[in-house]
Amino acid sequence: MKGKPAVNVSSSKRRRPMAAGVLLLLALVSTGAAYAVTTSALSAKSSSAANADNARQGKLLFTEGCSSCHGLAAQGGSNGPSLVGVGAAAVDFQVGTGRMPMAAAGVQARRKPPVYTQAEIDKLAAYVASLGPGPSVPKASQYDFSDANVAAGGEIYRLNCSQCHNYAGKGGALSDGKVAPQLMDASPKQIYEAMITGPQSMPVFSDRQIPAKNKQEIIAYINYLQSAPDPGGSALGRLGPVTETVFLFTVAIGALVAFAIWIGSKAR
Amino acid sequence: MSTSTQPSTPVGKTARWVDDRYTTSNALRRNLGKVFPDHWSFMLGEVALYSFVILLLSGTYLTLFFKPSMVDVIYNGTYVPLKGVKMTEAYASSLDISFDVRGGLLMRQIHHWAALFFVGAMTIHMFRVFFTGAFRKPREVNWVIGTVLVLLGIVEGFAGYSLPDDLLSGTGLRITQGIASAIPIVGTYVSFGLFGGEFPGTDFLPRLYAIHILLIPGIILALVTAHLLMVWYQKHTQWPGPGRTENNVVGYRFFPVYMAKAGGFFFIVFGVTTLISAFVTINPVWMFGPYTPDQVSAGSQPDWYMGFLDGAVRVMPNLELVFWHHTLSLNLIVPAVVLPGIMTLLLGAYPWIEQFVTGDKREHHLLDRPRNTPTRTALGVTAITFYLMLWVSGANDIIATTFESSINAITISLRILLFVVPPIAFTITKRICLSLQRRDNDKLLHGHETGRLLRLPHGEFVEIHAPLTQKEQAEILGKVDMPVLALETVDANGVAAPWALVNNLRNRLSSWFYAINVAKPSPAELEAAAGHFSHVSAVELEATHRHREFEALGGVLHQPSEDESVNH
Repeated sequence: MKGKPAVNVSSSKRRRPMAAGVLLLLALVSTGAAYAVTTSALSAKSSSAANADNARQGKLLFTEGCSSCHGLAAQGGSNGPSLVGVGAAAVDFQVGTGRMPMAAAGVQARRKPPVYTQAEIDKLAAYVASLGPGPSVPKASQYDFSDANVAAGGEIYRLNCSQCHNYAGKGGALSDGKVAPQLMDASPKQIYEAMITGPQSMPVFSDRQIPAKNKQEIIAYINYLQSAPDPGGSALGRLGPVTETVFLFTVAIGALVAFAIWIGSKAR
Repeated sequence: MSTSTQPSTPVGKTARWVDDRYTTSNALRRNLGKVFPDHWSFMLGEVALYSFVILLLSGTYLTLFFKPSMVDVIYNGTYVPLKGVKMTEAYASSLDISFDVRGGLLMRQIHHWAALFFVGAMTIHMFRVFFTGAFRKPREVNWVIGTVLVLLGIVEGFAGYSLPDDLLSGTGLRITQGIASAIPIVGTYVSFGLFGGEFPGTDFLPRLYAIHILLIPGIILALVTAHLLMVWYQKHTQWPGPGRTENNVVGYRFFPVYMAKAGGFFFIVFGVTTLISAFVTINPVWMFGPYTPDQVSAGSQPDWYMGFLDGAVRVMPNLELVFWHHTLSLNLIVPAVVLPGIMTLLLGAYPWIEQFVTGDKREHHLLDRPRNTPTRTALGVTAITFYLMLWVSGANDIIATTFESSINAITISLRILLFVVPPIAFTITKRICLSLQRRDNDKLLHGHETGRLLRLPHGEFVEIHAPLTQKEQAEILGKVDMPVLALETVDANGVAAPWALVNNLRNRLSSWFYAINVAKPSPAELEAAAGHFSHVSAVELEATHRHREFEALGGVLHQPSEDESVNH
């Protein structure tokens, strides 16, 4: 007994350092292969059957992670609203941006790293979509903004979005601790979903209010805001005059006062 | 006039040519040789002056390209995210300056940063003048000119950032129009008169432009000249120090010392402004989009000097009264008309308010150290705190989003803090001033702690105290202990005098202003203290050898303990 572990230790120490890497590679390849087999098997099925399957698995996930607030049949409760008829897009948005499940009770769910994988989110979405008709997850072609006019999007954005989300997409305060979140991390798909589902304090912008083409233009403008250069130099967080003031009275006037003290002290 | 020596150099000949015609040499000699005292805080006003020069220069460049027109155009410049958007010519030309005019964006940013510097430096200069009592007789009128200059600077800045006609500036103008309309009886007339009809109309920007580039700068220039001439004529105040009295000025001559210093400082201010403008964005008009009255962005804030007004409007409870179908919007009149009116009046009238309280009608050319006038200093800090709370209120939404808290809770808290924090600031400041005075007295009587410890032959440890330099001593002794007013409240016959009520009030205010203060050490105490230090260097020598004999000589080793037996 006493001799054996010592032998084991020494033999494990003699293992090649490459071994772990090779093992990891093997694991990845086998997982990938298994995934490819399962997904191809899934796609082989008819889509409605896949949906039903997804919804069934989604219900399990829902019961486990969501039902304590939203109710066992997603009928809603004192801690969460009914999800009947909110549609798959709402689930994809709320869970995909990490807002759901909420970390703690509060006036509003904040964006955080998502808890579920996209596959799980799809299952949850399929389950909620099966409860009643609602907006479905948009297709990539719907939120493709490659041909959209950024300037037109800016016009619509300033008219419909900037009063809450701020001219630069930096977000803004609503009443009682609610906020219009900043849009710097929102993906085109999430922006589209937010417009068609109206999450939390946001109103719904249906296609009758903002046609799909204009939605793409808005996405194009927000995408511009996310990547826009600052031709004037550091934008101080694009928060407007408040940060400009703080900069003025600390760095800028501070520098001049330092110079004044320097000039004044040289005279002694 | 004498022709005894003819100048031979070209400069000399030119000078002679000028002097023969205008006899400038006398005035020049007198003025170039004028002596000014030296202190870094005297240069804060210079920052404002130089910022103004920068504003004139950069502003002139901008006028070459800016079009103050509210005619609608379709933008077709290089900034793609606004291409094809309908906007006013004013906004389009602001975009052109930012993107298509060579050096335009840098010049715009220099102009805007310099404007913030201008009002900021004036404000800090005003703090300096206030806290040192430089506004006292004979400089009250110059204080009023300074107050008017700050107000004009604020109005001028507001006019300036309203000109580009972007969404943010238009929002500010909309609020201004709302405030103008809220003035009782004449409100709508004022608003229609300003805007030439309904808001926004097409008249306002051209009018504002004329005011911004001609009228207000002209008045500012005239007042700055008057301000400087008065400083020149009445001479600059100085800190108390060795050889400095109410009747002299100790310092350096204007030429060459201050010409070099001031000239150099101008380039420093210009350099810092340009450096900041090159690296830090200000007022990115292209981000805001064009102004239309149906749009407003979250996080709309004015420039810093208007922030306190915005904040006052934000924290004001929503009070409205209706008389005979006429609305009296107290929610706007109180914070945006009455409050700034009172603040300005108190500010401008402060020299006379203080004179009323102290009864001090003497001339003052020596400055007060802020600690030596605890009540004035505390009043100033109270006012600044109040102003800061208003400014913070103007940023309530930014605070709410940045710190993920409720804007309602922040606003309600600020309503309370606005009245709670300033009195606390008053008390704390006054206490700090009094403590600093005690420390000064302590230093006068006991000297600096040197940190050098000495072990006496019998084992005791004492610390050597060094005497103050002559300069330090003079600074502390420059303090003037003011008596509390005791004005007559009854006449010779024991009957209440006609001015009894006023005199009583003044007596009580004066007591509040001066009664709690720390008196300077008496000459006798100072003399006794001076004895302490007469043998300090000897002390170190002697004490190491013969402690007892040293005592007999009257020398002293200051002891950290309360035991003063060695001293006297």
